[in-house]
Amino acid sequence: MRLALGLSALVVVLFIGSLISGYSQVPPWRALGALFADDGTPVTIVMREIRLPRALLAVMVGASLGLSGAALQGYLRNPLAEPGLIGVSGAAALGAVLAIQTGLSLSFALALPLAALGMAVLAVLLILALAGPRGASITLILAGIAISALASALTSLVLNLSPNPFAAADIVFWMMGSLADRSFAHVWLALPFMAIGWALLASVGRGLNALTLGEDAAQAMGINLRALRLRLILGTAACVGAATAVAGAIGFVGLVVPHLLRPLVGARPSALLWASALGGAAMVLAADIAVRELLPDRDLKLGVLMALVGAPLFLHLIYKTRKEMA
Amino acid sequence: MTLAAFSDLTVTRNGCPVVDHVSLTVAPGECIGLIGPNGAGKTTLMRAALGLQPARGHSSLADLPAPDRARAAAWMPQSREIAWPVTVETLIALGRIPHLPRGARPQPADQAAIDAAIARMGLDSYRHRTATQLSGGEQARVLIARALAQDTPLLMADEPIAGLDPANQIATMQVFADLAAEGRSVIVSLHDLGLAARHCTRLLLLDRGRLAADGPPGSVLSAENVERVFGVSAFYEQTALGPVFQPMQVTR
Repeated sequence: MRLALGLSALVVVLFIGSLISGYSQVPPWRALGALFADDGTPVTIVMREIRLPRALLAVMVGASLGLSGAALQGYLRNPLAEPGLIGVSGAAALGAVLAIQTGLSLSFALALPLAALGMAVLAVLLILALAGPRGASITLILAGIAISALASALTSLVLNLSPNPFAAADIVFWMMGSLADRSFAHVWLALPFMAIGWALLASVGRGLNALTLGEDAAQAMGINLRALRLRLILGTAACVGAATAVAGAIGFVGLVVPHLLRPLVGARPSALLWASALGGAAMVLAADIAVRELLPDRDLKLGVLMALVGAPLFLHLIYKTRKEMA
Repeated sequence: MTLAAFSDLTVTRNGCPVVDHVSLTVAPGECIGLIGPNGAGKTTLMRAALGLQPARGHSSLADLPAPDRARAAAWMPQSREIAWPVTVETLIALGRIPHLPRGARPQPADQAAIDAAIARMGLDSYRHRTATQLSGGEQARVLIARALAQDTPLLMADEPIAGLDPANQIATMQVFADLAAEGRSVIVSLHDLGLAARHCTRLLLLDRGRLAADGPPGSVLSAENVERVFGVSAFYEQTALGPVFQPMQVTR
């Protein structure tokens, strides 16, 4: 309970922090005032159409990645699982890359995220076909690895054959992941998918708790593993596909956040779900504030910063676990 | 009255019958020991009976809808998995999942069942310990308590006493015998025929998937059965301290 309040408060504080940080130097109180009351200046437009959707997307993307990371770790009973594992983020990235390469992304505003989402849906269908309705969790991992490998090979192929160096540069920058210059159109595109994903993943807590004892024991306790797996795959795909479509590839959130929060919820997989959603939102908000405050004129990419912070953090966690194991 | 009835249960793997036309009924108050050499089909029989393994034939448990089955029979698998470093009490509380509607908070009755299971297995001082940091034998006792917390008329456990020290082996078998005395039933697979002879009310002897003998320990553990199925000779006598069974020599 205290953890829930603490994490919620952290998200609120960082949300406000995200609203008041940015390129145009406006005093915080004036910026927040302009958000609520149209004062006729460009500040209102900046607040309502640039900073608000950006902060909202940070919350949505962070919560989606944290939640799906916790759910996948719970299902696979492996703390190294992360949302990218089932191959959906790789496929979404491929869709975006194709949209940039073909020039489709210039034809209308949402062409890129729509192409990414379409490819993510395709990847999910492929996973369901490959992993089958009643396979073990290992087949899901293998199917995910295969699809990730295929998507990354095709992405490399597109880059390799790209006749247009600008498109290639665009692709590389897009793949680093960012929340810059997003609008409410992105929010409305991602929200329905993410909401479905959140609802599906919120319903797996009981099954994940039972899986602490292994698949056989969980099944004997009345858990329908097939239904659980379907909800997990579809929920993760909806969350991660939509997140990648609007923000690009942002790693480490889904891996590190459940790791950090697991000891604080007594390692219960169901409690880790909501905690990781809040924690993921806080982490992406904080990172998105950092990219704007650290190098305001250099467009530091969110995904790059996240990996820079996330990898050492992860190393530290492994080091700590190693000491506990010894 | 029967708690469960299995008829002609058959499981084939690559065309070979692993469990071969096994039929039996379980009455309340039975502590049933499932014995047989490695690979005789003990685990497969129990999984098939629970509907965890596709099988031909008929099992009254497998026919139940999954949530009802979970309130009729508890299952402790042989692989003792504890995936996350939860506390012992949290782990044992997982046994209440079949009794809790989705999202419901544990009721006093659930806590009572958890406390009873902890008391039965003598785990009171372990309550707040981290389950993954316990020794293998301690983990086994915690997992037995988890199955007990499920509070079902039938408990099925796959080699629950393997790896336990002698005191805990005897105590655990005594827990199963007590459950039977209270009118529940237990099916437990085990390799310690001495403990099976002392604590079980009935033994099932499996031999290459077939039910070779079914009855009270005295008749199932006959010299002829033991020699034919296990390939050992044995010392078996009723003493003032109860039945004593000790395998002696390999005969083949």
